[in-house]
Amino acid sequence: MREVAVIGVGCTKFGEKWESSFRNLFVEAGALALEDANISGEQIDEIFVGNMSAGRFVEQEHIGALIADYAGLATNNIPATRVEAACASGGLSFKQAYTAVASGMSDIVVAAGVEKMTDVGTEVTTDVLAAAADREWEGIAGVTFPGLYAMIATDYMHRYGLTREQLAQVAVKNHENGAKNPNAQFQKPITLDTVLNSTLVADPLRLFDCSPVTDGAAAVILAPLDRAREFTDTPIKVLGAGQASSTIALHDRKDISTIDATVAAGNRAFKMAGVERKDIGFVEVHDCFTIAEICAIEDLGFCKKGEAGRLTEEGQTAIGGKIPINPSGGLKACGHPVGATGIKQVYETVKQLRGDAKGRQIDTEIGMTHNVGGTGATVVCHIFGRA
Amino acid sequence: MSVARFWRKQQNRYNLIGTHCTTCGKYFYPPRAFCPDCRRDGKIVEHQFKGTGKVVTYSIIRSSSGNFKLLTPYVLAIIELDEGSRLTSHIICEIDKVYIGMPVKRVFRKLGEEGSSGAIHYGTKFVPA
Repeated sequence: MREVAVIGVGCTKFGEKWESSFRNLFVEAGALALEDANISGEQIDEIFVGNMSAGRFVEQEHIGALIADYAGLATNNIPATRVEAACASGGLSFKQAYTAVASGMSDIVVAAGVEKMTDVGTEVTTDVLAAAADREWEGIAGVTFPGLYAMIATDYMHRYGLTREQLAQVAVKNHENGAKNPNAQFQKPITLDTVLNSTLVADPLRLFDCSPVTDGAAAVILAPLDRAREFTDTPIKVLGAGQASSTIALHDRKDISTIDATVAAGNRAFKMAGVERKDIGFVEVHDCFTIAEICAIEDLGFCKKGEAGRLTEEGQTAIGGKIPINPSGGLKACGHPVGATGIKQVYETVKQLRGDAKGRQIDTEIGMTHNVGGTGATVVCHIFGRA
Repeated sequence: MSVARFWRKQQNRYNLIGTHCTTCGKYFYPPRAFCPDCRRDGKIVEHQFKGTGKVVTYSIIRSSSGNFKLLTPYVLAIIELDEGSRLTSHIICEIDKVYIGMPVKRVFRKLGEEGSSGAIHYGTKFVPA
């Protein structure tokens, strides 16, 4: 396998983007990435695009071709593939692109993610997202995604004594980071009271425990490491990749509060990268709900089970802490356009490792991403380092 | 869910009929046609579950969509049946009465409908035992 680097990144601002269509979101992010890598469209060999549900959000399938066409690359007839793994579609799109370059199949490859969620009403959005769970045996019982993660929170709080305030601190910390990220959907710090007094969605989770509905796209460009310096002075190397699956339904997990696919994907990425937990300067984790961040910190091995609440409360997961989590603001404050999230995590990681994360910069050479589909039926992790 | 799709699993949903692997002894509800542990060595037969179990974890759903909107707030739970398999269902009880470990038993209830003139879905929910 060849070594691979990221040579360019682009990301739209995340939010309710009424003026932007699905295809224009992608084109905007793609153009930014190409400009960043200082390459032209003709140099691209292949595209992967992560997208969860354009079929239901904008009634459009055949996304690979659409994207290639509107990016002006269909004239070159390049291969364009849509990748779907619910909210892990972006992370998986990156892994497919990485594999394509590492294998030698393609040289310059775009890994993108896009989701346009606000063209439908909230009720449709809720139902579309519920399709990431088991429709026949969870959906029919009236599960919602907040409800599934709430059941994880109930189990976790019962077993480990996590407090409601510790959980709320995850959102407070992520909003603080989001306030320093110009691409974030929410750029306003909040207090513990904001979270604790917000509307109950699914006990014990409240509105401010949940990531929002978001439009957005992100794109990154990969190249073989030995060619990377043709394009950039600051290539960011892919050190490790790990992907894992678990049961589609939450009720079939051996341990409700441990996302076993996170454990497996994390371990695989660490093994491949040949680095230790202590070497990691920050992690962009999949905090679709506050409880998801607590589980991720532990399941990736940064502390023992039951300790992430205390770590968060002590400020150890804030920028400047022992293990900063979600410097971008995470899904909570930066926003969660489901198919784009995994690529936005790579975007943030590259910005951080280049030293370009103004106002939220962490001084480190190694960072990690963690992208989850559903309640943890798919998890994709990547570890990156300065080349 | 379309009529055909619901009908295909109607007996399972109405009567809590799952499956059982006679090779390893595991029970499956929701039913599985293939044992994930024994794989091709597994021998799967139908199994009528007793319908009693206990609450593993739960949430009170305050905001939902479709058929479930009118039911809010409702108690959603993961239930471990006495035979060992787990499923997701509603607990029909006062929302502040549910707790982890609560014994429950199955009841036959309406699950939803296909619009105001479409088929009505029935199936299994749970009440305190």
